[in-house]
Amino acid sequence: MSLDTTTVRRIAKLARIRVEEGEVARLQTELNGILGWIELLSEVDVEGVQPLTGGAQIALRLREDAVTDGNIAERVLANAPDRVGEFFTVPKVVE
Amino acid sequence: MMLTDLTIAAARDGLRAKKFSAAELTQAHLDAVAALNPRLNAFITVAPELAAQQAAAADAALATGNAAPLTGIPLAIKDLFCTENMRTTAGSKILESFVPPYESTVTANLLRDGAVFLGKANLDEFAMGSSNMTSAFGPVENPWKRRDSDAALVPGGSSGGSAAAVAARIAMGATGTDTGGSIRQPAAFCGLAGIKPTYGRCSRWGVVAFASSLDQPGPFARTVQDCAILLGSMAGFDAMDSTSVNLPVPDYEAACRRGVAGMRIGVPREYRADGMPAEIDALWRTGLDWLREAGAEIVDVSLPHTKYGLATYYIVAPAEASSNLARYDGVRFGLREPSHDLTDLYERTRAAGFGAEVKRRILIGTYVLSAGYYDAYYLRAQKVRALILKDFTDAFTGVDALLTPTAPSAAFAQGEKMDDPVAMYLNDIFTVPASMAGVPAMSVPAGLSAQGLPLGLQIIGRPYDEETVFAVSQVIETAAAFSATPAVIAGGRA
Repeated sequence: MSLDTTTVRRIAKLARIRVEEGEVARLQTELNGILGWIELLSEVDVEGVQPLTGGAQIALRLREDAVTDGNIAERVLANAPDRVGEFFTVPKVVE
Repeated sequence: MMLTDLTIAAARDGLRAKKFSAAELTQAHLDAVAALNPRLNAFITVAPELAAQQAAAADAALATGNAAPLTGIPLAIKDLFCTENMRTTAGSKILESFVPPYESTVTANLLRDGAVFLGKANLDEFAMGSSNMTSAFGPVENPWKRRDSDAALVPGGSSGGSAAAVAARIAMGATGTDTGGSIRQPAAFCGLAGIKPTYGRCSRWGVVAFASSLDQPGPFARTVQDCAILLGSMAGFDAMDSTSVNLPVPDYEAACRRGVAGMRIGVPREYRADGMPAEIDALWRTGLDWLREAGAEIVDVSLPHTKYGLATYYIVAPAEASSNLARYDGVRFGLREPSHDLTDLYERTRAAGFGAEVKRRILIGTYVLSAGYYDAYYLRAQKVRALILKDFTDAFTGVDALLTPTAPSAAFAQGEKMDDPVAMYLNDIFTVPASMAGVPAMSVPAGLSAQGLPLGLQIIGRPYDEETVFAVSQVIETAAAFSATPAVIAGGRA
């Protein structure tokens, strides 16, 4: 499978990364280079194999569904690029 | 001998015997950092005042006989570990001014045990790279030089600053993280010991996430024993990491003394890659001879899916990265670019804040997870990953550990392998399979290339059996008697 320029733009949109028109051709070449190489996996027989999702061969732990932390608004907001009171801000979304 | 030449074990003994103070030991390293870091660029942030305070506290603990395992030992911390009130960048412009309000579990464990933090070590951006060339804070110079050439070489990556700092003796040890080889390959390139423990052994809490099912913290040091000392402090169960394993932390230092008599050591035949340099193949055979002479039996084994390891990795890791890095949105922390609406804010912030390699991996990850391609790429890769794990599980029914080269070459020059992402990815061909399987693996310096650069051998163990990895590694280290030193070194000898 080889990416066309429309697909490159679509992926960039999905990833929320702005791509300038002049970058598309270079990205297309690089991404197709990588994808062409990972095509290798298509030759592996994976019939009936259960996918491995995690790194640890242990069951994930459960804990009681309880609040264990909180009341640290100042620390949470300490790195906010912009804030109003105890809120993060974003550009206006609704008119 | 200078204080910067000491091993962690020797410094620990020297501090307790009052041969020198923690303040003197830390100052010797801070002086070396001041002298060499402008050239090496191994540290992004140096914290001399904090280090001096921590050293003073260490001296107070030593005076009252309350020394902990790492009291007064100066370390470099990879700038991927969140350190409370100390800037943590992940090597990225998007986190250039991020100051964590909390401490990662691994660094908290080191502080609990008395360590001194010299500062935060340089790395490939978000740990994505094998050369440290993708850092937004500039490349790191490997302290080693080719014979008769002053060309600046890469320290490997992603934990390149950590490795360069320890090799140049401006830190006694360092933390790293390993997702596909990011501890083992720089250890090999810089003539150090470095271990990626079993996935789950060290907590990932407070480590900036790259690929969560693969990321695993571990130590660098100049000896196997020093790595054992560091890992003993770093490891341990943590309720804050859902994949942290609740097992006791063994006495790794004691495990170094076990020897290999009676062990069965596997040689995976698929690692005899076409085009492997003759000197690396020869070193591998020498390593097997050393183990045989120490009483181990060498056994031929097969890991049939080895050739698919890298391709699997370059689907799974970018997929997880694209998801993990979605948090950098310009709203809650990190860089924010001016914009006219919310989508524009995201897109401009991420375009300005991420470097080229990070963007490539996010885009690949987004693609392999997107509708219509998920099954063909991501799901298939997860199935191949299961087959890779099965290879190791099968091999370990007959052997105690595996021995392989760590990397297919010695350190290369800055600027080499930069035009083709896939050429750079091939550095990790021998390290990625153990990452995919989650098993522990260590690189130990075993010899020099014809050009005078360090070469490493990799010891791979069963899950949660770092002790055997340390035992085998110690035998290799003792037999190799690796005593060469880099060209750029604290005190300026060599």
